[in-house]
Amino acid sequence: MADYQIPEDLSYTREDEWVRREDGDQVVIGVTDFAQSQLGDIVFVELPETGAATEASAPFGTIESVKAVSDLFAPLTGEVVGINEALEDAPERVNEDCYGEGWLIRLRLSDPSELDGLLDAAAYRASVAERES
Amino acid sequence: MSEDLRRTALHERHVAAGARLVPFAGFEMPVQYSSIKEEHVAVREQAGLFDVSHMGQIHFDGPDAIALVDHLVSCDVATLGVGRARYGLMLAEDGGCIDDVMVSRTAEDSLFLCVNASNVTACWDWVRSRTHGDVRVENRSDETSLLALQGPAARPLLERLASEPSILPKRFRLATVSIDGRSVLVSATGYTGSPGYELYVANGDAPGLWNRLLETGHDLGVRPAGLGARDTLRLEAALPLYGHELDRETTPFEARLDRFVKPLERDFVGAEGLARRADEPDPRRLVGFEMVGRGIARADYPIVRDGRTIGRVTSGAPSPSLGKSIGLGYVPRSSSGVGEALEIEIRGKGVEARIVETPFR
Repeated sequence: MADYQIPEDLSYTREDEWVRREDGDQVVIGVTDFAQSQLGDIVFVELPETGAATEASAPFGTIESVKAVSDLFAPLTGEVVGINEALEDAPERVNEDCYGEGWLIRLRLSDPSELDGLLDAAAYRASVAERES
Repeated sequence: MSEDLRRTALHERHVAAGARLVPFAGFEMPVQYSSIKEEHVAVREQAGLFDVSHMGQIHFDGPDAIALVDHLVSCDVATLGVGRARYGLMLAEDGGCIDDVMVSRTAEDSLFLCVNASNVTACWDWVRSRTHGDVRVENRSDETSLLALQGPAARPLLERLASEPSILPKRFRLATVSIDGRSVLVSATGYTGSPGYELYVANGDAPGLWNRLLETGHDLGVRPAGLGARDTLRLEAALPLYGHELDRETTPFEARLDRFVKPLERDFVGAEGLARRADEPDPRRLVGFEMVGRGIARADYPIVRDGRTIGRVTSGAPSPSLGKSIGLGYVPRSSSGVGEALEIEIRGKGVEARIVETPFR
């Protein structure tokens, strides 16, 4: 299996998103190293407006590579309180620094217990390995 | 990957280079080696080397070969000199396109068509059913490998390698050249909009030639490039792709390929059909457009004006060289003027676009 970065301190989904818990009931969300590698050069990211609602497992935006358009699925239910506006002019940040400068949205959670349903790094690593084989 | 996919003679080279392989026209082909954007830019600034061996070659030999092919394609083959190549369309009787082809005349009584990988069987069946006279027709697709070397560094590289650099052909010409003792048919043609060559070799010679080109071209910046970059390059050059801008229902006139169609009085397959369709009021016309609003147009997205769908996108992508999103699509001729405003419907929302001149700049 190729060497994908999967930081231990994050949570993950099978749709290849990462979630970082912040103060209170806020989280930051992005796509993983495996995801950006599979997508190739990211050329466009469509994010919701601040104030929009997200619903766990429902699409909240799109991420486009040169050849394809992919849906972004919300890992959790909540309200969008921040979006990474830098991606409008520099979508390639998702490829270059998917866990840092390439973050997508910040959410205020409606139901923090949903966090328990996410994968930890080990479980996500297994999910990637399964798909790579 | 499915066991049913075929492989070119260069498959192992692609695997060794870490290419991402995808199914295409029944073959396992490299879509990218490092990144589509990097490979695209490499072709524009240095050179890229593509494996397009999945494409097909149909050969015609004999005293009636020229006349037969002249009857089967839209371009003028009767005046195609030996050692020259010309682009044309193979049409059905109703004027719709069966394939777009490159016709290459290799000798007085010999020529071949290079056809799209997705259409090899259709073209071969079509040609065989219409072959008559003193001519032998052969499908040599399976024995022929094709490497496309495209970009400003292509010529300097071949000059280093050819045993006789002075015979390297000029644009739209062909020459048989010896490289490391291998016979290579060099065609100064391409599908990227950058200068370059297409190199026809026997399958057994392909891996050695591939290696040699990359080794010797390394300091010139030559690198392998995949089908992903091939598509963004040809889109910038506004070159049609069968299955997108061209299909069985589309005529060369709709696709703005008028200059590749000889006078209809010349009696070739499809001429009558084209003549009949000349009376259509406000036929479709292919246009190039660039996005003005934020978004990327893709194939099959609706083209809208004043709230009404007036056409469809056939190809679209972000252009690495131009730094904007571009596309091709069909609209009624009455709406096809350069500068006219359009909307592309992207996931239910209209995004502003504008018709521009092609090739794109």
